[in-house]
Amino acid sequence: MRRFLLRRLGTGLVLLVGITLVAFVVTHLVPGDPAAANLGQRAIGDPAAVQAFRHQYGLDRPLPLQYLIYLGDLLRGNLGISEQSHRPVVDDLNDFVPATIELALFAIVLSLLIGVGLGIVAAIYRDRWLDQVIRVFTLLGVSMPIFWIALVAFFVVFFKLGWLPGGGRLDPTQTAPAHLTGLYTVDAALHGQWALFGSALKHLVLPGLVLAVYTVGMLTRFTRASMLEIMGNDYVRAARLKGLPEHVVVLKHVLRPALVSIITVAGVAFANLLSGTVLVEEIFAWPGVGQYAYKSAINLDLPAIMGVSLFVALVYIVLNLIVDLLYGVIDPRIRLS
Amino acid sequence: MAALLRVEHLTVALPTRRGYQKAVDDMSFTVEAGEVLGIAGESGSGKTMTALSLFGLLPSGAKVSGSIRLNEMELLGLGNRQLRTIRGRQIAMVSQDPTAALHPILTVGTLLTEHMRYHLGVSKEEAVERAKDLLDTVRIPDPARALHSYPGQFSGGMRQRIAIAVALAAEPRLLVADEPTTALDVTVQAGILRLLDRLCRERDMAVIVITHDLGVMSAIAQRVCVMYAGRLAEAGPTSELLARPRHPYTRGLLDALPRLPVSGGAGGRPPEASRARTGAPLVPIGGSPPSLGDVPAGCPFHPRCTYAVASCETDQPVPLLLDGQHLLACPPDPLAGAG
Amino acid sequence: MKKPLPLIGLAVIAAWAVVAIFAPLIAPDNPLGQKFAILAGPSGSHWFGTDELGRDVFSRVLFGARITLPLAVILVLAAMIIGAIIGAVAGYFGGWVDNALMRVADLVFAFPGIILALAVAAALGPQLRNAVIAVIVVSWPSYARLVRSLVLSARSAQYVVASRLLGSSSIRVLFTDIRPNAAGPVLVLAALDIGNAVLLLSGLSFLGLGAQPPTAEWGAMVAEGTQNFNDWWVGLFPGLAILTVVLAFNFIGDSLRDMLDPRTARAVRL
Repeated sequence: MRRFLLRRLGTGLVLLVGITLVAFVVTHLVPGDPAAANLGQRAIGDPAAVQAFRHQYGLDRPLPLQYLIYLGDLLRGNLGISEQSHRPVVDDLNDFVPATIELALFAIVLSLLIGVGLGIVAAIYRDRWLDQVIRVFTLLGVSMPIFWIALVAFFVVFFKLGWLPGGGRLDPTQTAPAHLTGLYTVDAALHGQWALFGSALKHLVLPGLVLAVYTVGMLTRFTRASMLEIMGNDYVRAARLKGLPEHVVVLKHVLRPALVSIITVAGVAFANLLSGTVLVEEIFAWPGVGQYAYKSAINLDLPAIMGVSLFVALVYIVLNLIVDLLYGVIDPRIRLS
Repeated sequence: MAALLRVEHLTVALPTRRGYQKAVDDMSFTVEAGEVLGIAGESGSGKTMTALSLFGLLPSGAKVSGSIRLNEMELLGLGNRQLRTIRGRQIAMVSQDPTAALHPILTVGTLLTEHMRYHLGVSKEEAVERAKDLLDTVRIPDPARALHSYPGQFSGGMRQRIAIAVALAAEPRLLVADEPTTALDVTVQAGILRLLDRLCRERDMAVIVITHDLGVMSAIAQRVCVMYAGRLAEAGPTSELLARPRHPYTRGLLDALPRLPVSGGAGGRPPEASRARTGAPLVPIGGSPPSLGDVPAGCPFHPRCTYAVASCETDQPVPLLLDGQHLLACPPDPLAGAG
Repeated sequence: MKKPLPLIGLAVIAAWAVVAIFAPLIAPDNPLGQKFAILAGPSGSHWFGTDELGRDVFSRVLFGARITLPLAVILVLAAMIIGAIIGAVAGYFGGWVDNALMRVADLVFAFPGIILALAVAAALGPQLRNAVIAVIVVSWPSYARLVRSLVLSARSAQYVVASRLLGSSSIRVLFTDIRPNAAGPVLVLAALDIGNAVLLLSGLSFLGLGAQPPTAEWGAMVAEGTQNFNDWWVGLFPGLAILTVVLAFNFIGDSLRDMLDPRTARAVRL
C-alpha cells in the first residue's frame, strides 16, 4: 500500500513538472505579445519601453533558459510577480486560494449528499416513475450552461426575491474573521462569531448551488449506474437470501462496493468544480482563483497564469492521492494486493 | 412424520418477450427432516427457479401458483416482512459459485454474524463465539484468524465451506445447496459432499441438493427428483432410480455418463448398477433441452425421446405413483421391466 | 412509446438544423441590424425582445444556431479524428511511442477543461476560430485513450493475428480489421461529447474569448445579458437555446450508451 502511494506521488511530481512545461510552452509560444498586452497603448508607439519590458521580465532570453530560470524560481517558492497586481504571485494566490477552496468544498459536499442520495433512490426505484423523474433532472443538470444557471439564479433569487445575497463573501459592512484557515465559515466558527458565520454561509449558498448543479447530475447518474451493476451480483442476492432487511442490503452490501467508483467520479467532479469556478466567480464577485485565472488569461499575465496552472496541478495531485487512500480504506482487496 | 417441506403443484411463470412462460410447471415434492433430496436436471430445467421460489426471491414480475408449506405454514402469499424472518432462519441457501456469492469486501466474521444476530438476537460476543464454532464445524483452520480475513484470501474449496457455514449461522431447518460442487475441483468435491452429509445427520437438517451431476446424487441423496423443462419427469429413491430408471430422460442421462466402478455412498447404490455399462460407448441424448418459451406441447421430452408414441405429442404426462415411492411422468412407461 | 427521450432528442436537433440552414429565410429581422427600440421586452413583433443595441433577439438566437451547431460538430469530429489517430498509433505500436503519446494525453486530460481552454484561447487571441482550436485541444485525449484501449484489446484478437499472418501491412490492419469494431464506442463518446463541446464553446464566448461582437453567438449573448439584469430576456433565451441543444444531444448519447451496456439490465428487484 505504501509503495503504491509512493509510486502515485512520483507520478504526481512528474505530472507537476509536465504541467509547468505545458503552461510554459502554451503561454510563450503564442502570437500574442505579453508586452503589448500589459503596456497597452504605450507599447505600440515606444519601442524602447517594449524592449525594457522584455528585458525586465527576461523575455529576450532563449526559451529553454527562461524555463530553467522559472523552475529554479519555483523551487525557491518564487512564482514571480503578477503583472496585474504587481505583487508576488504567491501572495495573490494566498489571497485567492482559500476563497475558492471554501466554495469548492461547500459545493462538493452538497453535491455528494444530494447526488449520491438521489442516485441510491434512483437505483432502488429503478425504472419506476421516480427513477425517470430523477433521470430527466440529472440530464437537465448536465446540459445547462453554468454561466446561464448562474445568471438565472442571480436574477431570480437575488434580484427579484432578495432571499440570498448576490455577491461577495460577506456583506460590504462586515469584516472578515481573523485569518486562521482563510475559510470564512470555519474561521468565524472557530472564533465563535456566529453572526459572521451565518453571513458567510448565506453568501456561499447561491454560488455553491450553481456550481453543484452539474456535479449533482454527474454523481447521481454514476451512483445509480454503479449500484445497479452491483445489485446484479450474486453476493447481493445472497444477502437477501439470508433474510437481511432491505436497507442493510442496500447500504452495507451494495453501496460500499459502489463507493469505489463513486469516489473516483467525485474526484473528477471536484476537478470539474474548479473549472466551473472560473465562470461562477465572475458572476458572483467571488474573489477566488477562478476570477484570477480569467483575468490573468485575458491580460496574458504569464507569471500569474503559470502560478494558477501549478495550483491546479497541485490540487489534482492531492486529490488523486486522497482518492487512492480512500480506495484502500473502502476496498480491502486493494489494500491487500 | 409430517414432512418438513411440502411443495404441491408449484408453477412459476416468468415474463419474457413473448409473454409469460413457465419456468416451473406443476412441481410437487416433499422433504423430511434429516433427509437429503436431490433435484436433478440440466441447466434451464427450472431447478434454480424452484429453489428461489422457496425464498420468495424470484425475478420481479414472476407469477407463482401452487403451495409451498414449511412445517405446515404456507409460504406463498406471505409478505416480504414475514418472508425475511424465514430466509436464513428456517431455510438457507448455498449458491453455486462461492466466489461470487461471498461479499468481497466484508470480512468472514461479518458475513457469519450479521444475519445470525438479526435472526437469533445474540450479543456480539456470543455471535463471534458461534461463528468460530461454525468455522470449526466446516473444518476451516484457525477460525479466530479466519474471522478477520476476507473471502478472497481463501481457496475455492474453503470458500464453499465458508459459504456453508454462513448458511448454517442462523440454524435453519432446511438447507438448499445449488450446484454446491460444480465450481470446484474434483478432488475438493468429495470433501464438500461429506461435509453436507455429516451436517445433515448431526443437525437433523433437511438438505435439498440441486445438481446436474448424477454422481453427486448417488453420493449423497436418498431420494431424487428429475426435472425436465420445468416439469417433474421422475422421482424416487436414489438407488432405485439410478439402477432402474423408468423415464427415458433419466435413462438417457445415465447412458451419457462414463461409467466407473464406484463404491456406494450415502445413496447406497447397489454395486450391480455399475456392472452394465463399463466399456460401452457413451450415448448422448440427441438434440438439446428446450429454452424458456420453446417447450414442446404434450410431453416436453418427446422430440428427443427414442420411445415416443403418438400420444406423447398431445398429452401432458402427470406424475403417477408406480410402487412405494417411485413417481413417473411417462404414461407409455417403455422402460418398465428393463434392467 | 417506451423510449421517447432519444427520439425527442433527434427531433430537437433536426429542428435546430433546419433553423440553422434556413435562418436567413425564417428570421423576421437582420440579426445585426440595430434599428429597433433598445431593450424592449418580449412582444408581438419581437418574440424575444430586443437587446441593448436595438437588435431583435429572436433573430439573433436563430442565427446563433448557424454558428454553434456546425462548429460543435466540426469540433468533435476533429477531436475524434486526431484523438483516434493518436490513440491508434499508441495502441498499435506500443513501446516508447505509446508511453510518450499517452503521457501527453494524460497531461492535457489532467487539466480542468475550461482552464486549459482559457489559456489556449487567450494565448491565441480572442477569436471564434481560436476558441474552437482550444476546445479541440482539450477534447482529443478522451478519444485517444478510448481508441488506444480498443486497439490494444483488438490487437491480440484472432482475426487481427490472422490478417497479419496473411501479410497485411499495419495500416491495412488498422483500417480494415480494427476500425469497424472501434467505431461503435467512439461514436457513442462523440455523441456524448458534442453537448460538452457546445458548453465549452459558448462558455469561452461568454468570457469574451470566442465569438466577438457583433457576431450573434449564444454564449456571447448571455454575456450581454449579464450587463442588463433588468432586461432578463436578453440573456435568458440564448441560454435556453444552448440548453435545448445540449439536452437533445445528451438524450441521444445517453440512449446510445444504454443500448451498448447490458450490465445495468441484470439487477433483480424484490
